[in-house]
Parts: sequence; C-alpha cells; structure tokens
Amino acid sequence: MTERATSATPIGAGLPQPAAGPDAGSDQPGVPRERVSRLLQQHGALMVLAVLVAFGSVAFESFATTGNAASVIVSSAFPAIIAIGMTFVIISGGIDLSVGSLFVLGGVLAAYASPAGPVAALALPLAVCGLVGLVQGLIIARTGMAPFIVTLAGMLGVRGLMLAVSDEGATTYLVEDPIFAALGQGGLFGLTWPVYITVVLALLGMLLLQRTGFGQNVYAIGGNEDAAALMGVPVARTKVLVYLMSGLLAGLAGVLNAARLSSGVTILGIGLELDVIAAVVIGGTLLTGGVGGITGTMAGVLLMGVIQSLINQVGNLTSAVQQVVSGAFLALVVVAQRLLSKAQGIN
Amino acid sequence: MAAETAAAPDRLDRERVLAWLQEYGVYAAVLALLAFNILFTPNFLDVGNFRTQLVQVTPIVIVSLGMALVIGTEGIDLSVGSVMALAAAVVVLYLGYGALPAIAMALLAGAVAGAAGGSLVAYVGVQPIVATLALLVGIRGLANVLVPQLVEFRNPDLIALGSSSIAGVPVIVIVAAALTLAVAFLVRRTTFGRHVVAIGGNRAASELSGLPVRRTLLIVYVISGVLAAVAGVLATARLQASDPTSLGLYMELSAITAVVVGGTPLTGGRIRVLGTVMGALLMQLLAATLIKHNLPQSWTQMVQAAIILAAVYATRERGKR
Repeated sequence: MTERATSATPIGAGLPQPAAGPDAGSDQPGVPRERVSRLLQQHGALMVLAVLVAFGSVAFESFATTGNAASVIVSSAFPAIIAIGMTFVIISGGIDLSVGSLFVLGGVLAAYASPAGPVAALALPLAVCGLVGLVQGLIIARTGMAPFIVTLAGMLGVRGLMLAVSDEGATTYLVEDPIFAALGQGGLFGLTWPVYITVVLALLGMLLLQRTGFGQNVYAIGGNEDAAALMGVPVARTKVLVYLMSGLLAGLAGVLNAARLSSGVTILGIGLELDVIAAVVIGGTLLTGGVGGITGTMAGVLLMGVIQSLINQVGNLTSAVQQVVSGAFLALVVVAQRLLSKAQGIN
Repeated sequence: MAAETAAAPDRLDRERVLAWLQEYGVYAAVLALLAFNILFTPNFLDVGNFRTQLVQVTPIVIVSLGMALVIGTEGIDLSVGSVMALAAAVVVLYLGYGALPAIAMALLAGAVAGAAGGSLVAYVGVQPIVATLALLVGIRGLANVLVPQLVEFRNPDLIALGSSSIAGVPVIVIVAAALTLAVAFLVRRTTFGRHVVAIGGNRAASELSGLPVRRTLLIVYVISGVLAAVAGVLATARLQASDPTSLGLYMELSAITAVVVGGTPLTGGRIRVLGTVMGALLMQLLAATLIKHNLPQSWTQMVQAAIILAAVYATRERGKR
C-alpha cells in the first residue's frame, strides 16, 4: 500500500474524538457492552474504511496506486465540504435537502461572475447561497415548519433560480479567470487545492462542534429541543446559523467545482443531497439528532468514494451495480446503527 | 374569504381562517386556477388538452395515495420513484409470458420493495427517511441492472392499457380514480385505516392500547410499494417503452408535495385522500398554466416552492409542531 492510499484514513484518524462524547449525560463509564457499541457507532465507518482500503490494496493491483488514491480523495472533496454543513444540520435534529441545488447554483454563479475576477467569483455565489441558507434557517426557526419540507421547497426554488440565471439551462458560463480556475485545478503534492480546503474546513468544523458553546448548543438542540430551550440555549439563533453554514458550504463546494471544471455546469447535483445525507449517516451521525461528528462524516464520504473506486476496479461493472451496492451498504449501516443505539439505550 | 379576513382582526379568527385554508384551501386554489385558465388560456377547455393534463398527472396521483398513507403514520417513503423504475424493468422482462403475468410480477416486485422498507421501519426501528433512502439508491440500481437501457415493446395488451379509452376517458385515469376511491374507503371506513391514523397520531398510545402497530406499518409501506409499481406499469404502458434510468426520477418529491399541499400534515395522524389528489392536480395545473403563458421552467419551480411553503404554513397551526 502506498502512502497516498493510507492518507485517506488520517484525515479523520489524526484527530481523536474526545472519549467523553458530546452526547453529554450518557457518557458515564457504562458497562463494556455499551462502551463497545458507542465506539462502533462513532468509529465504525473508519474501521470499515480501513478494512476496505486494506482489502482493495491486496485484491487489486491498480487500487493502491498514487493516481487512484488521489482521484478518490479529489472527487470526495466536494461532497465532503457539503457533508460538513450537513453534519451540523443533522446533529441539530434537522435536514437540508437544498444542498444539491445550492451546489449547482454556486457553480453557475461563480462561472457567471468569473469575468469580474476571482473575488467576485467567490463573493457572488457565497452571498446568494448564504442568503438562501439564512432564509431557510429563519423560516425553520421562526415558524416551526419541518426542515424537510422547507428545504424541499428550497431545493425547488434554488433550482428554478439556477435555471433563471442560466437561460433555462441553455447557457453554460465558462470560467474566464485563470487565477480562479487555478483554485480548482492547481495543487500541491498531487492533490488539488479543494482537498486542502476540505481538510481545513473539517478541522474547523470539529473545533466548532466539539470545543465551542455553539457546538454544544447544536448537540443540545438535537438531543432534546425543549430541554435545550429551558436551559437557555438560543435555539432559534443556533438553528439559523446551522442552516446558514450549510448553505455557505454547499455554495463553496459548487464554486470550487466550477473552478475545477472551468465552467458552471447546470446538470450536476441531481441527487447529491441524498448522497451527502447517506455519507453523514454512514459516518455514525444519527438522523434523530444529538449524536455524531465530523470525523465519522469524513470517513463516511471517503468510504463511499472507496466503494465506488473498488467497484470500478472489478472491471466492467456499471454504475447501476454500484448503486445496488451503495443502497445495500446503507441499509446494512442503518440496521447496524439501530442495533447499536438500542444497545446504548438511545431510542 | 377576503371578507372573512378583513372582518377578523383578532387572533382567534386568524386561526379560523388558517383552519379553513387547511381544510378547503387546496380546493379553492384548484378552482381559482381553473377559472383563470378558462378565462385567459386559449383552448384550455379543449377535450384533448384536458385529457393530456389528466393522463400526465395520473402517476403522481397514484404514488401520492400511497405516500399519504405513509405520511399519515408519521413516516415518509423516498423509494417510490425507484420502485416505479423497478416495475418498468420487471414488466418488460416478463412480457414474454403475456401482459397480465408481467403486470402481476411488477406489482409483486413493488410489494417486495415496500415490504423491505416496511420491515426496516416497523421491525428494526430504522427511521423511515433513511430506510427508504437506502431503497431509493439500491432499487434504482437494481432496475438499471435488470434493464440497462431503454427497451421498446410491441405487446398490444400493454400498449392498449396505456392508450385506450372507455367512453372517452383514458383507462389510466379510470384506474387512478378507482384507486383513489379504494384508498379513501380504506382510510375512512376500515379498522386498518383507523389504525394507520392512530399510529401516526400517537404511536406510543397505539402500542399501549394493543393496536398491531408493526404489522400496520409494514402493510402501509407494502401498499405504497404496490401503488408505486402500478404507477410505474401505467407510465411504461403509456410510453410504450421501459426506461428504468429516468422513469420516476424525483417522483418522491412530487408525491410528498402533492400530499402536503393537499393538507395532510407531515407530523402524521391525519390523512386527506381527496386533498392529496387535489394537491397533485394543483401542481400539475400550475405547471401547465405557467407553460401555456410562456413562463419558463425556472418560474414554475420557484412558484411551486412558494406554494409548498404556503401550504405547510397553513397546515402548521393545527399540527403538532
């Protein structure tokens, strides 16, 4: 196995998740069975990832090559950025279906604004996507409407906005600015800049989630919103910030992708929100809220990339087979998680 | 309605308006859109146009019926679009044995898919959204493995199902109407329907009072799977081709939209079957109206987003959350 292939794991493994989990209250030293199941819940994705990478390296000659590892990591960077925001949203007990559309809109707006220079190409999409996230957060926090349906409407509305910007999808704006294009295409040590940006964002996300009051508030709201409100957690403000962040990160992923492809492609991003949610869930974050972390999410995203790469190695299997495997794997993971949660007494 | 709003400045009456909107808003909106179209859209009352609209909305209506039951249990079924694709794939695979056996196999496939999701939800206790998300991904893949590309077929019976009419009404529409009545009967007049609503309203209480919660949940997801398969078969019959790659894409979202716009709260405990049908009709009519008046697709999607938000806002006051 080359160094590059293993570098997939340290992204998450390098940062120890504090043993005293964020799910405060349930972290008294439990009986061993509970501790084992909690460990599996938090780090299961990482373990499966390690096993799969080891298996792939032994089974396929062309798997553990620098080029393949780099391609898995580079293509995982974009969903990973979105998944960071989604992790916050899901831990807070919500869901964000609008990220796929925001990803596309971010790319289109970046390419649209790129003739005005790299600053404009970054600022316009981030401003718009951030605004969409902010509005969704405000609606969810202020009216108490279900996040699922608010962000579903957001998904439709943003797609409409994207079509309006791109003449109903007929115009594909090209990235004219070389500096901006270099942001997506240039890199260091065989990995492009988006990978490094993802690592930095993941580290920041972990700090924010584990070491700040804001992060604790996110866990508290997801664990029990009423109790959190009674304890004086600023529920509405925290929710608004979480959706704002998710919108910004989805837009940023789109921006970087536009820089990588040198154009604002309008047909990407279909079903991306579901892929990202699947990766977050595989990473051990519970959709019921209150439990999870960035480490697991990063492992979940890489795991999906590695599975895809392994299937490509097998040869003439189509993307359809890959979908079957991903679906079966996701089902397996959620069943395992459910059993683990039961063992820990979480309902 | 406007007069009512004007005469009711205090909160109680505002709630009454919202309640009225939740109850009849979708019907009023459909009527208003119809009136607008009759007045301002040329050829709208043309029989051919009417028939096209109805035939187009049929798969959404059928899928939405199952979705309404699932949402009534406080669940959600994201797999319906993929199940449509699976049914499309299975029906052409078995078409050699004749149209009826092929359709039966397709419906069976839908039932199995629904049972898979239902048992994950009912017996393992997985959240409906992830359980059916896994199925959405996996079943779409399975359908593509079975039928990798678009297959046209020449079976006259299946083609007749998709294109013939009885007394001027397309068979597809008759099937949808019959299924609507059947589901409405199921919800309003049977013990099973009571159980579904009770479970969605308060699952813990339903368990304590001895209702067969798990079995009911399982059956609800099986029904949703079968209805999605019916929609898949009908859509395939109409297209005269099986297209598992793109058939039913985003159907889960259209169906959820129809259910929610029809006044069924996502929090469960209440199912509005006719409202759901009206919700589907409203979204279809809206898209058709905007297209007829040369507004681009981008507008359609933004207006649909606004309508979803408005509908959920109206149903929110009386819901639990």
